[in-house]
Amino acid sequence: MSDKLSNDVAITDRKKRPFEKLFYSVIYLLSGCVLALVIYFIAIILIRGLPALSLSFLTSAPNPIQQTIGIFPSIVNTLYIIFFTLLCCIPIGVGGAIYLNEYAKNKRLVSAIEFATETLSGVPSILYGVFGYVVFCLLFGFKVSLIAGILTLTIMVLPIMIRTTQEALKSVPVSYREGALGMGATKWYMVRTILLPSSLKGILTGIILSIGRMVSESAALLLTAGGSAMYMPKGSLWDQLSSSGSTLSVELYRYAYSRGDNETAFGIAAVLILIVILLNLLTRFIAGRLNTQ
Amino acid sequence: MEQMGLTTGRNKSKSTVERIMNIIFLICGLAAVICVICMTVYMIISGWPAIQKIGVFEFLFGQVWDPENSEFGIAPMILSSIIATFSAILVALPLGILVAVFLSKLIPGRLSSILRTLIDLLAGIPSVVYGLLGAILIVPLIFELQTSLGLPTSGCLLSAIIILIIMILPTIISVSETAIRAVPQQYEDASLALGSTKLQSIFRATVPAAKSGIVAGMVLGVGRAIGEAMAVIMVAGNAAIMPEFLKPARLLTASIPIEWAYSSGLHREALYGIGLVLFIFIMVINIVLNMVLKKAVN
Repeated sequence: MSDKLSNDVAITDRKKRPFEKLFYSVIYLLSGCVLALVIYFIAIILIRGLPALSLSFLTSAPNPIQQTIGIFPSIVNTLYIIFFTLLCCIPIGVGGAIYLNEYAKNKRLVSAIEFATETLSGVPSILYGVFGYVVFCLLFGFKVSLIAGILTLTIMVLPIMIRTTQEALKSVPVSYREGALGMGATKWYMVRTILLPSSLKGILTGIILSIGRMVSESAALLLTAGGSAMYMPKGSLWDQLSSSGSTLSVELYRYAYSRGDNETAFGIAAVLILIVILLNLLTRFIAGRLNTQ
Repeated sequence: MEQMGLTTGRNKSKSTVERIMNIIFLICGLAAVICVICMTVYMIISGWPAIQKIGVFEFLFGQVWDPENSEFGIAPMILSSIIATFSAILVALPLGILVAVFLSKLIPGRLSSILRTLIDLLAGIPSVVYGLLGAILIVPLIFELQTSLGLPTSGCLLSAIIILIIMILPTIISVSETAIRAVPQQYEDASLALGSTKLQSIFRATVPAAKSGIVAGMVLGVGRAIGEAMAVIMVAGNAAIMPEFLKPARLLTASIPIEWAYSSGLHREALYGIGLVLFIFIMVINIVLNMVLKKAVN
């Protein structure tokens, strides 16, 4: 419709417009460059990184004597951090969103909570690192450990969980709530059986976004959870969690910046990119699948 | 259904459950507020002593950062951070808006949805990966530039700015694009009907209507640029000297991870002090930009 208007009907178009043409070409050129850059970046990481990947690279610890490099310890650390951070932040985040959307009556309190969430999402990760170190490592006495990292990341991804859950709750029709309450359900029963199931999609999206944030996090974890993963975590679960260890991103920083080993760094980068791609596909899959239901 | 008991006894236990759940949800809701309060308090408690010992003026305006000789002036870092963030936004904002217009208005929907997927992917890439790419792809180019100008080769402020531009572009593009898409098509059609060309309609009617969304994208971009540490460390050379584009530069965020491991005593406290300064920066930017945003929306 609009094309027709501009191409056929508008008299102005018969004028020669050199400026307009120039502007079009600038837009096309710049956008083309940006998009080419995007593709180039992803391609170069995969091209330089994928050859470094091998079974032993992925499933062994670094061995200084045999001069082999492996990233298995940091994969394990990453999984620990993802799992336990989710364990802490899902209940708090979902509960906070339910409070904001369903229970809260005091407007000032709601705006205070929303302001706090916005503030938290704007704080750079290096400051989470400093804060986590001061509070969890020193004050709580966890030292530099995975636990300190987990607690720090819990605060960091809390805004993501709250926001996505809140949006999902907002999209549940009011009639559902009225229906449930009208039939005599208590509020908690209504939340548990109606709201949570219908906002499952939003919560899952929040979880995946949080995982993405945790996987890419480096600055905060470098300070709170430690900067190297030479050995496999040992001992009981508690021992493992209270020892220090680095995740994949921190390990990438260590290899690239502190040791200048770019080949290993690209290998880790390729793993990270594959994880990011997987998470992106997963969000799309969830959005598509639950939409059709 | 059988759970909705009507007998008074069950109702009583129900209302206890209700009350408990109410309190639990309240606590969850307050968690974010408590975190922000704790963070503010602890940033001040840990950062203030050093600033007091060094002296507010010497700390903020001192030009020499030399922990071994107990000189803690962070003016070069503050200036480098401000210049880097400002230049990055100056380039990334117009570029991001152009690409957003390109994606939402000028190319067919299917192609644009594929490209948007790529942009989203780029927004999710860890910052250390950007740092690695910068060190491999951008720093060598800058080295050539430096050699041709007769300067010593090193990581520099310009490389940091380029990395920041690349890092904040995806955020700005995807937020602006969403905002532009949300503007009703009628705006553009009306403008076309009045005889404007397609480009005039887009840039004079649609883009201004998407202003608040674009500003939100800018806020996110500024926040990300000023707070980024790891990627910048990997390309900037990290010498704490007054900022010049082709000389090594250290941004405010960089000292903390670089010197964290071997710092102690007043040096460590000074790093906490830098944390406090950065925290105040971020809070001020967030609050001011939020107010501007609210005004723009109204």
